Order: sequence, then structure tokens, then C-alpha cells
Amino acid sequence: MSASLDKGISALKQQVDASVAAFFSSCVHCGICAEACLFYTETGEPERTPINKTEPLRRIWKSEYTLVGRLGKMLGLTKKVDHKLLEEWETLVYDSCTMCGRCSMVCPVGNDITLMIRKTREGMAAAGHAPAGMIGASKRSVEIGSPMGVRLPALRAQIKHVEADTGLKVPLDVVGAEYMLLLSSMEIMNFPEFIEAIAKIFEKAGASWTIATEAFEATNSGIQIGVSDIAAELVQRIVDAAEKLKVTTVISPECGHAYTAIRWDGPNLVGKKFSFKVRHILEVLDEMRQQGRLKTSGMESGKLTYHDPCQISRRGGVIDEPRRLIDMISDNFVEMPDHGKMNWCCGAGGGVSANERADELRLKVFQRKKDQFDAIRPDAIVSACSNCRIHLEDGLEEYNMDIPLLSLTETIAEHLAD
Amino acid sequence: MTEIELLSWARGPGLQIATVIFVAGIVIRFFEILMLGRKANLAEARGSEMSGGLKTMFTRTVPDRATYKRSAFTITAGYLFHFGLFITFFMFAPHILLVKDIFGFGWPSLPTPIVDAFAVITIISLLAVLANRLNNKVMRYLTNFEDLLTWFLTLAPLVTGYIAFHRIGFTAPTLLAMHILSVELLMIVFPFTKLMHAFTLFLARWYNGAISGYKGVAS
Repeated sequence: MSASLDKGISALKQQVDASVAAFFSSCVHCGICAEACLFYTETGEPERTPINKTEPLRRIWKSEYTLVGRLGKMLGLTKKVDHKLLEEWETLVYDSCTMCGRCSMVCPVGNDITLMIRKTREGMAAAGHAPAGMIGASKRSVEIGSPMGVRLPALRAQIKHVEADTGLKVPLDVVGAEYMLLLSSMEIMNFPEFIEAIAKIFEKAGASWTIATEAFEATNSGIQIGVSDIAAELVQRIVDAAEKLKVTTVISPECGHAYTAIRWDGPNLVGKKFSFKVRHILEVLDEMRQQGRLKTSGMESGKLTYHDPCQISRRGGVIDEPRRLIDMISDNFVEMPDHGKMNWCCGAGGGVSANERADELRLKVFQRKKDQFDAIRPDAIVSACSNCRIHLEDGLEEYNMDIPLLSLTETIAEHLAD
Repeated sequence: MTEIELLSWARGPGLQIATVIFVAGIVIRFFEILMLGRKANLAEARGSEMSGGLKTMFTRTVPDRATYKRSAFTITAGYLFHFGLFITFFMFAPHILLVKDIFGFGWPSLPTPIVDAFAVITIISLLAVLANRLNNKVMRYLTNFEDLLTWFLTLAPLVTGYIAFHRIGFTAPTLLAMHILSVELLMIVFPFTKLMHAFTLFLARWYNGAISGYKGVAS
């Protein structure tokens, strides 16, 4: 991945389309987006205002795609995109944005600011101004197949444990299976209980499923760092495996951006429609519930709440499914203020958790989550993203709060009816 | 140039020049935006672009409660001056007469004292908007020359109109010429600045709503 300013500028040019032009044309600098962003509300630093993060892209739009901007460029009056600007903006575009999409919900003129920041990242990365941690994760994804460097033997070892614990088979490379399960490295290494839960639930539901040894990684560092070529390559691996195994549905696991990557961006990255469906695990479970294939018994004790992972709820539209599933296992479910489509991000999405430089900041802005939890004081927090989960645990520890974090899929599995 | 000559120039060639730049500018801007196009979405749709887009074009007019609470002053002052501009511009009898002269149709006006009161309210709210812009640290950070220019050019027709109506300081033809010229200045700058949001916000909202609607996501 050789980077240069020219490549960065040309990447930014490629990102400008009619929607971006309409967005920039409409911004009136009202600053309302700042109040929707936890990186502003918790730091009070105005440069972290969402729309300000798009400045490199704005300059390119203005100078290349507007009459006034082009005239200004001829006269040498327009502001240029140079290394100095991109260097200054790197911490704003990467460290101070989780792509959570909250700003895009409140902009009065309707700008999808998150999309604009996502597009700005394409230029930043191409110009060589992406955080080292994210460059490393992207490199490992391409070379090893996982941002955390998880290889197939590691997965096989975890599967062996799961099979021993459950007495169930975890099917690998089964041609013609209905479902092909993707996993995040985080699940393989930190939460193998997730694989166990799937094995139990799918066994009970009588659903055929498989894991592809050639493409088991769900996460997509290319999406986060903003390099479409890498993102497309990672998606293509999944497409190839799904086509080879002739599966009906690919399941995106409990990971936020993985869902965006494969469900919404995937076909657009590889440039063709998928021959299979893509569903989030919560959509699959909710469908099984509806068909009567998923039955539970008993209720969780204590007050539960649900943390909506941004890419699954706000940006992904899977909001009602988790709530219907939680209803099966809890009669004491309480919503946080600003839940669902307006939930506050955990502070570690969009690659922030892969960027060590942002560690201090993400824990600082966790104050927003803390306030949300404090408002209802739950006994346990359920969620459906292992990245959120790791960071929420981190944040709760930092703020001396002792609230257990549960995976919805795993909790459902614990309540499976005999 | 006598004041009568100035007034006739403002009413005649001045208005023509401003109108041509205003209309051509808006057409150029829309062309500039739409010409860029947008790639078709290849992901399996969960909802409709059209219904999401159309819905968001309207729903973004009203902020959700939490957003309003966090930016109450900005939103209230914003609403107030936009509404005031609408009343003073479209509901003042002489303005409607002008439209009738040019296009052959008009609509009922509001009583002049009411429009007059709205002019004062709008001027005050625009002053409040500027004070907010300079006081609020986010807005102050974002503010550039264009923000101040467009603020001034929006305020100017209100002030010159108010002065002209109350005949303060100068003779009637001079006051009216000043008022018309200030509107023409606004028209000329309009398509090439953020004032364009008056039109493009519907495009922006449509795109945001369409992108979300396709995914079956609220926006």
C-alpha cells in the first residue's frame, strides 16, 4: 500500500458524488452535529465537530466540482489539501470518529455526515495519513486473514474445545449448508462461547450451517481505515467461499462494522449482487423465533438493558429483533434514554479500538455511556457486538462500575428449552 | 445619477441582471450537483429509497426532542428568522403586488402592521443568530467569511425595507432604491454561497433518507 498526496487527492476526488455535493452545498455551519457526537460532548473541543472532520473532502469538492471553486483555484485563492492539513486532520477523522452515524440523524439540512467522514478516510489512507494501529490491522487482514492475526489452527483449536464441551459437531466446509457463519477474531479468541451458542441453537432449530475454513473472518479493516481495495478483497474472499459452498445465507456475527461491511457495502465493493442472502445473527434468531424453531425457558433475573451497536441498529436497521428476543428471556427489560436509533456509541467503533493512540480518548468519552447506564442502573447489559462488549467492559472497569456484559446470542443459548 | 435614475436602474436593468444571475446560478448549481451522479446500490434492499427519501425531506424540518434540548437557542432562533423572512417576504402587500405585476398572479397579504412587527422580530432574531454564532464555541470555530457575508446580505433587505417603509433618513425613492439593490445583491450571491441550502437541503435530505430507506433504517 504505497501512499502519496497525489493518491490521496485522487481518492478524495473519486469519493465526490451527487450526494456529497448536495451535502456540502447545504451545510450552514449551525453546529448542531457537534451536540450529537460524544467526541464533542465529552471533550468540549470544537474541532471535533463532525462536519469539521470532512474538511479535506470539502476542499476537494469546492475546488474541483463547483464553478466558484474552480474560478478560485485558477486565481490561486482556494484552500489546498496538503500533507499539513491531512496530518492535522488524522486524529479528527480516525481517533475522534467511530462512524456511529448519530450526527447524520440530527443534521437539519439532512447531511449524512458519517458517510462524508467515511469518504474522507479514503483520501486520508491513500495519502498515508492513517493511524499505525489501523494500518497494522489492515495488513494482517490481507496477509493473514484476520486483523488480530488469528489463523485457521487457532480457530480449529477453539472449535475442538467447543465440540468437547457440547458434544456437538461444528461443521466445517459443508457444501449446500443453509447458513455460513462468519466470526470476528474477537469472538474466536475472547468469546468462543459464541460458537458454542450457535452450535446449540442451530442444533435445536434443526438448521444446517457451516464455517468456511477459507473465509471465516467477518471483520473488515478496509472499511474502517477507508481503503476500498482492501475492503473489496476481504469481501471477495467471503463471496468466493459462499459460492463454493453454495450456501443460502451468510450470517454476520455479533460485530457491528462486519455487518455494514458484508450486508450493505459488500456487493458495492466487489461490484456485483450477491447470489446469497446476508443476515445478522439477530435477524436469523428472530426469524427462527417467528417460525417456532427457537424456544426458550426461564427468565434472566435482574434488570436488563440493551446497548444498540451503532452499525447494527442505527446504520443497520436491526432494532426490533433484539428486543423481541430479549422479551423471550427477560420480564425486567428497561430501555436507556436515547436508545435504539439514537443510542450513544460505546466510543470504540469504526476502527478506534484498533488505534492505540486513541485509547485515552475513547475512555474519556465513555462518560456518555456511563451517564446512560447511570440513568437506569441495570443489573446487566446485553449487546450484540463483541467490539462494543470489550470496550464497554473496559469503560465500566475504568469508571468503577460493576455491571456484567452479556452477548444476546449466548444468553439466548443459555435459555434454550429442552 | 439622480435618485429617480437610481431607482429606475434598480427596478429595471438591475433587477434583470440580478434575476438572470440568480436563476442561471441556481440552474448551474443543480447541474453541478446532479451531474456527478450516484452509483446504484447493489446490496439487497430492505426498504425503499423513494419512501425514505421523501419522508426525510419533511421529517428533518422538526428536530427530535433531545436534539432540540441540546441546541435550543440555535434551533429556536433559526426557526424564528426563517419564519420571519417568509412572512416579510411573501406576505407583505407591496411584494405580492410586484409578483402580480411580473407573473400575473398573487395571493392574499397579511395586514401591514403585522408584517411590520415580523420585520422587527426577524431583525432581532438575526442579531441573536449572529451573537450566538460568535458566542457558541462550535459555531465560532466553524464560522468563515461566507457565514458573515450571507448573514449581512440576509439582514440588509430587512433593514432597508424597514427603513424604507418608515421613511427614515432619506427620501422615498432613495430608500426604495437601497432596498431593491440590497435584494439584488442577495440574489446575486445566493446561488454561490450557503444560501443555496434553501434549495439543496431538499436534495441533501432526500439522499440521506434514500440511503437509509434502502437499508430499512430510520433517518
